[in-house]
This record gives sequence, structure tokens and C-alpha cells, in this order.
Amino acid sequence: MATSTSKLIIKQRRQGNSNTWIQSQLKKIVPPLAALAVLLVIWQILCPPGSQGLPGPIQIVQGAWDPFIINPFFDNGGNSKGLAIQIWASLQRVFVGFFFSIVVGVGLGILIGSNKVIYRALDPLFQILRTIPPLAWLPLSLAALKDNGAAAYFVIFITAVWPILINTTVGVQQIPQDYVNVKRVLKLSNKTYFFKILIPSALPYIFTGLRIGIGLSWLAIIAAEMLIGGVGIGFFIWDSYNNANLDRIIVALFYVGVVGYLLDLLVLFIGSKIVAEDRK
Amino acid sequence: MSFLTIDRVTKVYPTANGPATILDGIDLSVNEGEFICLIGHSGCGKSTLLNMVSGFNTPTSGTVTLQGNQIIEPGPDRMMVFQNYCLLPWLTAYDNVYLAVDSVYPAHTEAQKKAIVREHLEMVGLTESASKKPGQLSGGMKQRVAIARALAIKPQVLILDEPFGALDAITKEELQDELLTIWTEHKVTVLMITHDIDEALYLADRLVMMTNGPAAKIGEVLDIPFDRPRDREEIMASNTYIELRNYALDFLFNRYAHLDD
Repeated sequence: MATSTSKLIIKQRRQGNSNTWIQSQLKKIVPPLAALAVLLVIWQILCPPGSQGLPGPIQIVQGAWDPFIINPFFDNGGNSKGLAIQIWASLQRVFVGFFFSIVVGVGLGILIGSNKVIYRALDPLFQILRTIPPLAWLPLSLAALKDNGAAAYFVIFITAVWPILINTTVGVQQIPQDYVNVKRVLKLSNKTYFFKILIPSALPYIFTGLRIGIGLSWLAIIAAEMLIGGVGIGFFIWDSYNNANLDRIIVALFYVGVVGYLLDLLVLFIGSKIVAEDRK
Repeated sequence: MSFLTIDRVTKVYPTANGPATILDGIDLSVNEGEFICLIGHSGCGKSTLLNMVSGFNTPTSGTVTLQGNQIIEPGPDRMMVFQNYCLLPWLTAYDNVYLAVDSVYPAHTEAQKKAIVREHLEMVGLTESASKKPGQLSGGMKQRVAIARALAIKPQVLILDEPFGALDAITKEELQDELLTIWTEHKVTVLMITHDIDEALYLADRLVMMTNGPAAKIGEVLDIPFDRPRDREEIMASNTYIELRNYALDFLFNRYAHLDD
């Protein structure tokens, strides 16, 4: 048993050393593409041309080809803009709202994580507030801010702030006693402790919060835009629905999914660059 | 007045079944520059006792005084070398030592601080690995960084809690020799917990043997009379060594055999 396993490992290593990089990449790319193709075929069979309701993939490409698929950057004024421009408008809202949720979430999280009394006082409140769905905040923020743009920023902010805040709090609370002992025996100043121990130690937690936060922001902005209107992928979808352009909706959903995935990868990538690799 | 005095120290913890006495009336006087090893079974309160010297723990009654000053909190004059090293994994070996030097010598110039860090990394043979992070270092190298960090701030007392417990035999002997060299040069007072009788006999001036907990006391203090510098093989071959070793083993495994074993 043992010998056969070790032979297998040697075999695998030899293969790995040769020109198999492309092969290993193909192994990752081919299965999802095959699955996608199978799904598209099933979809097309279920929704043949001329059927009522949902269009099949071929009808979608035919209907939305010009200009929505071939020209993401067209601009006919008003709300009639290409999908890339719509997405960019939504992303800008997300970035502004998300920026404020990082500032407030990380700042408050550090404060709450460092102080048990503040933690006990505020944690129950936050646990309730964080369960409120993002859109439930929209009427209130529209009424209070009296501005569609500001209300959208607020919805993004209030959606993303809780996971960032709660994860930062936990990260600060979970600083290993060993590191606190180093601080105590060396009598490190608060500033040194903050930058050399607290922040590096809490960073992985903070980035977990950021990753959840950016995902939720993207969920929230689509829904919020449907209600506030203007340029943005959310209102584009709603507008297409009102004009019975189901093909455009599906193309837009594809964009939304890909951009959401890229946002997640972006935060993950930044996190992997900033968070020190060798811990413990 | 001795350098470091542990005077009638008792530690009682409240538990669900009433107060539990961990240490019961510990008296120990340590002279400046002395090398003391503590030995005893797990759970007998050795670490608790040393934590009262470092200041991480405080006695329920009794006092610990260093040069006449009662110890109430941790401080860099009583630097610890922890068993699990306690290095910051996101800082390089150099920066780990620098963090301590920078905090303890705020008045030094940048050049002076850098020189101290380099000197101590060199002393433990880590000049080449100064820019590596703890995750890239072996256990022995990490412990060397921890020792360099501890000595770089010139503590009056160096406290080591089973510093070589997790290391292989060869690395352990190397580090014991380095520790002795450094101790001879720095003339620092050392308190060290160990489970290894041979380690204690090779390193220490006196071996403090603790009775079993709960309510552990100092059972006996053995004077280890070998001349310094010591030669490991020479002392291990001597009759005195064998007698002391058997005596300590008898204390630990017959008179205070661990009930759980």
C-alpha cells in the first residue's frame, strides 16, 4: 500500500515537471465550460423560438445583439446607455458607499473590540440592526436625505457596514494573548501596539468583513437602483422589464453576475497582498 | 537584602469547589547573576511562580521584590522568553528585536538602536536570517530570535519558561551552550523552568525542586557545585553529577511521584 502510494506521488511529480501547465489549466477551464454548454442546450430545448415567456439563448442573442451585446459603451443620452456605462454608474455608487462603510466599520470595530463595556452596550443593538434587509432602509433614507443619489449611497453604506464592523470587532477581540503579553512586558506605547500588533493581527478578520460587505453591497445596489431610477444596471433591468425586453434583462443579469464575481476576487486579491502570509 | 526575593508567596484561585491553593508559602532568594533552574511535575505551579516574577500574575499573599522594589506589573527589566516564542509573525526577525529595542531605549539614536539589534542577532548566529519572518524559521531559530530580543533590552532578570522544550536534542544542546556563553558575558540573572534534569544540572547554579500541586512548595534546593566554564562531557562523567541526578530523580519520581502517572 505504502509503496504504491509513493510510486503514484513520484509519477504525479514527473508529470507536473513537464509541459503539463496548460493541461492543468485546461482541467480547470473545460469542465465549467462544458457544464455551461449543457445548460444552454437544455435551456434552448425548453424555450424554443416562438415560445411564450422566457426566451431561449438564441433568441436572447438575436434580440439584444445590437446594441446591447456588441456595444457596451453606446450613449444615446438619458437612460439609453450601454451596459458597461450602466454597470460603471452602479459601481461608482458601490465604491462611495463602501468607502464610508470601511471607514466607519473598521474604526468603530476597533473601538468596540478594544473595550468590553462598549462591546456589551452596542453588540445587541448591532446584532438586530444587521438583520434589517438593505431595502428596508431605503424609504427612511429617501425621506431623511431627500436625494436619490445620497439615499443609494446610504443603502450601500448601511448594508456593508455590519459585516465589516462585526468582523473587525472579533478580529480585535481575538488578538492572541501571546501578542498582548509582548506588549505588556515591553511596555509598548499605544501607537506602537496599534500599528505593529493590533492592525496586523486583526487584518485577516477585517478582510473577511470587507469580502462579505462588498458582496452585500452589490446585492443591495441592484435592488436600490430599481427603486430610485436613473442610470445604473438595477434601473436598466427594471426599465427593460417594463418594456418587456426579457432578452436585455438576461444580458444585464450576466453582467451583474460577472461583475459581482470580479468584485469578490478583487477584495480577495488585495487581501492576499496586504495580509502577511506567514502567520504562526 | 538579596537581589530578587520571593517572600512567603501564596497563590489561591477561586474555583467552583471553593478556593484552590496553587502555591503555598514559597520563599526563595536569588543573588545577582545567579542561574536558577526550577523543576517539578506539570501543574505544580512553576509557571505561576515565574509569572509573579515577570509580573503577569500577582501573589494572593506575600511579595516578590527586585532590588527592594515590589513587582506589581510586567516590565522589560524582567524579560521573558516564552516556550512558544511569542514572536510577531508579520515582522522579520530583525523587526521583532527592533520593536523591543525601540520601545525600551526611546532616547537612543536610530544608529544606536540598529547597532544593538544587529549585535544581538549576531550573538545568536542569525545575521543571515535577519530579514526572514518567523514562519520561515525553524523552532530553534525562532527561539534564538526570542533570546536575542530578550537580551537586547538588557533585562535585570531573564525568565525562561521551558525555552527548549519543543526543540530536538541537538538544537537544544547548541542553544544551552549559547545561553551559557551569553549569561557569562551579560552576567544577567536567569530563572528558568525546565523538565530536563540534565539541562538543569548543566546550566544552573542552584536547582529548585518543587513538590506536587495543589498547594505546591519548594521541596528542596540543590546546589550544583561544578566549576565554570562547564564541559558537558566532563561533568556528566563525574560521580557528583550521577549523585545529584539520582537525587533529583528520586525526589521527582519516588518522593513526589505524580499521582496521575
